[in-house]
Amino acid sequence: MAYVASVPKESFRLSMLVYDTRYRSYTIQIAVLILFLAFLGWLLNNTIVNLAAKDKDINFSFLFQRAGYDIDQQLIPYTNDSTHGRALFVGLFNTLIVAFFGCILATFIGVFVGVLRLSKNWVVSRLMTAYVETFRNIPLLLWIILVFVIFSETAPAPRDFRATDEMVAAGQTPAASKIFFDSIAVTNRGTNIPRPFLDHPLGHVSVLDVPINLSVVAALALIAVCVWINRRLLAHAKAVQEETGIRPVVWWKSLLILFVPIIVFLYALGFHLEYPELKGFNFQGGINVAHSFTALLIAISLYTGAFIAEAVRGGILAISRGQTEASYALGLRPGKTMRLIILPQALRVIVPPLISQYLNLTKNTTLGMAISYLDLKGTLGGITLNQTGRELECMLLMMAIYLVLSLIISSGMNVFNTAMKLKER
Amino acid sequence: MPTKAAFVRKDMLAPQEPPVSERGAIKWARENLFSGPLNTFLTIVGVLAVFLIVKSALPWLLNGVWNANSMAECREIVAARHGEGATGACWAMVRERWHQYLFGFYPQELFWRPTMAFGLMFVALAPVLYFGNRTINMRMTAVAGVLTILALAGVSASFPQTIAGSEAGGLALLAAVIVFAGLTAVAWMAPRRLLILTLLYPAIGFYLLWGGSIWGPVGALAGFAILAVVYNLTKAQLGVVVATGAGVVVAAIWWLVVQSHVTGALHSILPLGTAHVDSDEFGGFLLAFVIGVTAIAASLPMGILLALGRRSDMPLIKALSVGFIEFIRGVPLITMLFTASLLLQYFLPPRSNFDLILRVIILVTFFSAAYIAEVIRGGLAALPRGQYEAADALGLDYWQAQRLIVMPQALKISIPGIVSSFIGLFKDTTLVALVGLHDPLQGVTKVVRAAIEWKGIYWEPYIFVGLIFFACCFSMSRYSMYLERKLKRDHR
Repeated sequence: MAYVASVPKESFRLSMLVYDTRYRSYTIQIAVLILFLAFLGWLLNNTIVNLAAKDKDINFSFLFQRAGYDIDQQLIPYTNDSTHGRALFVGLFNTLIVAFFGCILATFIGVFVGVLRLSKNWVVSRLMTAYVETFRNIPLLLWIILVFVIFSETAPAPRDFRATDEMVAAGQTPAASKIFFDSIAVTNRGTNIPRPFLDHPLGHVSVLDVPINLSVVAALALIAVCVWINRRLLAHAKAVQEETGIRPVVWWKSLLILFVPIIVFLYALGFHLEYPELKGFNFQGGINVAHSFTALLIAISLYTGAFIAEAVRGGILAISRGQTEASYALGLRPGKTMRLIILPQALRVIVPPLISQYLNLTKNTTLGMAISYLDLKGTLGGITLNQTGRELECMLLMMAIYLVLSLIISSGMNVFNTAMKLKER
Repeated sequence: MPTKAAFVRKDMLAPQEPPVSERGAIKWARENLFSGPLNTFLTIVGVLAVFLIVKSALPWLLNGVWNANSMAECREIVAARHGEGATGACWAMVRERWHQYLFGFYPQELFWRPTMAFGLMFVALAPVLYFGNRTINMRMTAVAGVLTILALAGVSASFPQTIAGSEAGGLALLAAVIVFAGLTAVAWMAPRRLLILTLLYPAIGFYLLWGGSIWGPVGALAGFAILAVVYNLTKAQLGVVVATGAGVVVAAIWWLVVQSHVTGALHSILPLGTAHVDSDEFGGFLLAFVIGVTAIAASLPMGILLALGRRSDMPLIKALSVGFIEFIRGVPLITMLFTASLLLQYFLPPRSNFDLILRVIILVTFFSAAYIAEVIRGGLAALPRGQYEAADALGLDYWQAQRLIVMPQALKISIPGIVSSFIGLFKDTTLVALVGLHDPLQGVTKVVRAAIEWKGIYWEPYIFVGLIFFACCFSMSRYSMYLERKLKRDHR
């Protein structure tokens, strides 16, 4: 008896493409691929037809033509004779500077609020909850516009700072005065802050039309060297401690290494601050910071700070209570417990959402458009687009730049994540 | 013989009260406010901050003026009532312009339509938000009905000159009373039947807001009916997959090719309909809700599909999903909005010119779906591998496993993230002002602040708009907490 009958020969039927799991995924993928390519082709065809109808082409040469508009905040030299391409970079740097200072400020606010929100102090924790809920539940655009409007409508005019002879004689003071030891003037035209100034600067080197300030480079290099020496010193102290059990006293050496060289360097170059002075109808000297920058920075840091506070709180709460108890059992005091046990572990939980908040903050700087802050969206996606009428090129270029920025930030996050991952098994 | 004790206590002494410092308010204050030097300092600073805020804001709030025609008049009234130098809020602006904040430039005689649509929205939401809970469903329907009827009465009382004698008047009020009474009865007797309203609501809401011929929405609904009919007819012969495909193809042909001819013919035979409202006239919170609610409703299913695509075994599907998600998450929303207003004209066939609000809704939906997909992907990744294997072991196919085993658990885990994406989306509706729509914040407030009589007003409009946004977003986040509690199944 032959139990092994002939296996029925498997024949391929067309319906197996749909109902046989071996083939189905190929069928689906090929169908999707065809649909996707058809869709892309349709889009491309439409674009070509539309461009032809409007007698346009895709051409990026406008980037090398004269821009012809002014940008009041510029980190690299720019006049209205410069090219659209240069305006793009001015805008990009304006985006980056708000994003940079915004991230720093928001982190400070967020960590401060997040820790205080967990405090046992009833008043403080309620206050911080109120702050977080208020900022998280109201659109960012409202905060930006509100701060901007308050600055430009309630700040005094420059003439209010003037003390005329009659007023001095009558013993009156002007309607407004500068704050922070008479150094910062907030007027309805902008904020004037002191400008650092060198008597004997080291000069400039121009690279690709962008001047590089040698004094700043030298100062940064000096600081880097000092920090490196300080690290060596601390490493040496630690080695001695491991060896002998006694930690050498290093704090005054550290201070000396970190601060004396840079102070001497600045003194040698004749460093002083140039304060804004009221001359004529406006303040002269110092740096004039436009209200659009200040308002955007304040609003965006307060707003993102609320989200970072939640991330910090969540991270600290994610560490189990047993860690705290174990640390108390080892005899560590609450401050040290926080610093040595809780925060290093919480950091692993906090950093990924923190970086995604940085990403959001960077993207949200585009809202500066509502208060005419000329960032990348304002220059390339705003005035340049309107002047040249090249919507397609400007928008694609702008999206590409934002994509690259996001990718840089998120790849930074991935590096951190792999470095901090729990090394298990 | 035993010595006789002089005194033996028979009953216990009543325990003494703890010392004053260890009970009641004093103990609470010692523990929560003054437990150490740092805490005492923080308490004092906190109380001082609250005091300063209240001291500067309270008189301004209390001196508020509700009846005035201009900013200057407000200031005069405050000065007359509370003396020179007193400050006061000018709420008269809100009283004068509330309709612009709520409805934008919607025709005043038609205000009942968005009001009705808004009320019905809550009835349609009730069976989704509180599924199977008869009491809450009925209560929500009844409350929405009463509030809508009150709002309708209030609106028609505020604009007697434009509304009297028009199609609103008493007729709309009567119709609203009947509709909501009927819906409450349905909610009481068969709460699941309310789901029919939920399914029909997109068409009803669209028709109430934009108006025009009634045959447009009916034709769009007919497409779904055709889909269902084709599916049912062919399922027996062709099986589920092919039958669904056939249904979709036939419905698509109906929507794209046939529908406009049929509805046009029907409209010329039987011109039923109401006044058409142009998209330009939408504004204020009406616009924020139209964009926000539509995009929220549409982005959840799309986000689920994208998340599944991203975890798919098929490399092509996965690559497309990842590309879509990462591209959208990498660019700011504003660029998407400008794509809607500037670039879509290049990508769509020549002379196709559809509504800006619709274009914005589509791109906002894409934007939000990418974020929701990431949230759901987190939920999917958090599910133990055993759940997937158990579903396979039970012999469930892919969609059954997703529907019955995976998604209920994954969605539950991702509720907080999903709701915070929704909140973000709702807040982001304010950005549509930058492409020229009249959102409450930029569009309407700009109009108000540019008006000569309200020149120089800045706190009041932003507080008003901010409060409404706060109420919406805060209630959304509270609802997500309720849902988390309700769905909690572990007993830890």
